[in-house]
Amino acid sequence: MNPQGDDIGTRLTIEGVSKRFDSTVALDTVSADFAAGSYVVLLGPSGSGKTTLLSILGGFTAPSTGRVLLGGTDITELPPARRPTATVFQDYALFPHMTVGDNVGFGLSVRGVPKAQIAERVQAALRLVGLDGFAGRPITAASGGQRQRIALARALVIKPTVLLLDEPLGALDLSLRRQMQDELRRIQRAQGRSFVHVTHDQEEAMAIADVVVIMNAGRIEDMGPPQRVYERPRTRFAARFLGESSVLPGAALGEAAAHVALRPEALVIGLAPTGARALGDAVVQDAVYQGSFVRIGLRHAGGERLLAKVDPRNLAGGLVPAPGDAVTLSVQPHGVVPLED
Amino acid sequence: MRTGWKAALTRTLVLGPLFVFIYLPVAVLVLFSFHDGMVPVPPFEGPSLQWYERLLSSDRFTNAAWASVVVALASSALATLLATLAAWGLARHRVPGRRWIEGLMLLPLAVSYLVVGLGLLVAFSAVGVGKSLWAAGIGHVVLNLPLAFVVVLGQFDTQQARLERAARDLGASESQVFWRITVPQLRSAILAAFLLCVTFSWDEFIVAFLLSAFDPTLPVVILSMLRTGLNPQTNAAGTLVFVLSLLAAVLFELLIKKRGPSEPTGR
Repeated sequence: MNPQGDDIGTRLTIEGVSKRFDSTVALDTVSADFAAGSYVVLLGPSGSGKTTLLSILGGFTAPSTGRVLLGGTDITELPPARRPTATVFQDYALFPHMTVGDNVGFGLSVRGVPKAQIAERVQAALRLVGLDGFAGRPITAASGGQRQRIALARALVIKPTVLLLDEPLGALDLSLRRQMQDELRRIQRAQGRSFVHVTHDQEEAMAIADVVVIMNAGRIEDMGPPQRVYERPRTRFAARFLGESSVLPGAALGEAAAHVALRPEALVIGLAPTGARALGDAVVQDAVYQGSFVRIGLRHAGGERLLAKVDPRNLAGGLVPAPGDAVTLSVQPHGVVPLED
Repeated sequence: MRTGWKAALTRTLVLGPLFVFIYLPVAVLVLFSFHDGMVPVPPFEGPSLQWYERLLSSDRFTNAAWASVVVALASSALATLLATLAAWGLARHRVPGRRWIEGLMLLPLAVSYLVVGLGLLVAFSAVGVGKSLWAAGIGHVVLNLPLAFVVVLGQFDTQQARLERAARDLGASESQVFWRITVPQLRSAILAAFLLCVTFSWDEFIVAFLLSAFDPTLPVVILSMLRTGLNPQTNAAGTLVFVLSLLAAVLFELLIKKRGPSEPTGR
């Protein structure tokens, strides 16, 4: 039981879910199991299948194969109206002909909840998202950030077992986005409800997820706590996508694994410090000063492109290298991650 | 903006005669309804309201006017409701042969009213429905359905679909979605379709003439008045019909211009 008094102690299980649209495969046998009360973030580039997966969880898209279970109950065939899920849509989909309060109370009203009780729960939901006293206002008067909160309150008020969020912060500017991340996290913690959140923003995923699921080309590349996925990615794609790591053949470093990831902040240009592993020569392709670090793109002697993020104080003479400069490259041992795939 | 008086002159030369050609007859009709004399020919004498007085004290005219109002409102309401349901069904559900059904819905627009009227007459007598105001009303539903369908169908866009999806996600049944989201969202379009149907039904002659018997609608009565020759009373009747049509047309324009409230972008 959570603080709201409704039973939400249910696992979300995805079993071998695939989705084909005509000849294209949007999802390819995806399986995952999430503990009750998890904040799950589906992260991937566009076309990776993350939105399709969310749509299947919400019941808007029928999977070609596989099942979705909630607390052991198969919900694959349930229509959205009868699923214990609620969605915060990317465009919010607020009803423009209703007030803020009527929008938030809609899910209760269609269930036949008595009016007095609706008013009470709407007020509580609006307070939760920091919009106390907004119930009587027209939707058209709300700002982008307020709309986002109204959509959140409207979905939460019906006490979904799983709340689905489709790029909920995509339309907000950066500072508002960071602020809403913290609030989403706070609300999720306070309620103990499971959230499944789709984004293509790595920072957003790292900031809020209990479990981050890295998706690519309809498959799950890696999933786990953000720190583990960031520090020990399983696949080349996950290493590149989440940490901007570079990938070299394992043989280049005498590793048994077929590929190793090199974390950008562990690369050293110039004199190798003690314990660092030599990588040989490389040519600078581009270098951008970004304040706390300099972002340097390099072409390795083996032909691979590498990315280094170097503290400006560690550059010879404090000078940002110029494209075409030949440099000696090494890597701190903590920054070498053998990959499984 | 195009330069100077040349453009203005061109506009006046082209549009001026056009508008005169269209509206002069109507203006003359209206003017001579206030004529103080037996025959509506120049020179104009008056003004006088005597023809309106005679018209409105005639039971034949007022009965017909009421019959027309009732038929127009009832048949338009029914046509609009059916058209909205049809448009909703076709826009929101995967219906096999959707294009064909849409085509069949729209086809009557291209068929002559005479053909539709004769068809209805034959069909009604085959099933034993006599000529009556009811028959005329049903005839007008048949005529107006495609019109209302066209107006409403155009309003089912993806924005509308997203709102309906959100309502379903929040637990609304299909009928709740229809009455609480679709209809309020399409309010303007539905009202516009209704008004358009009213104007068509209000001065429709052929089908009403073929299908009504002892309780004719206004256009039918006006035509029979004309048989006895022109007099300013028919002008007065025509003016009243014209004013009511104009009113509905203006309302329709206003509604179409001011579409239903749409959600501004969330930025």
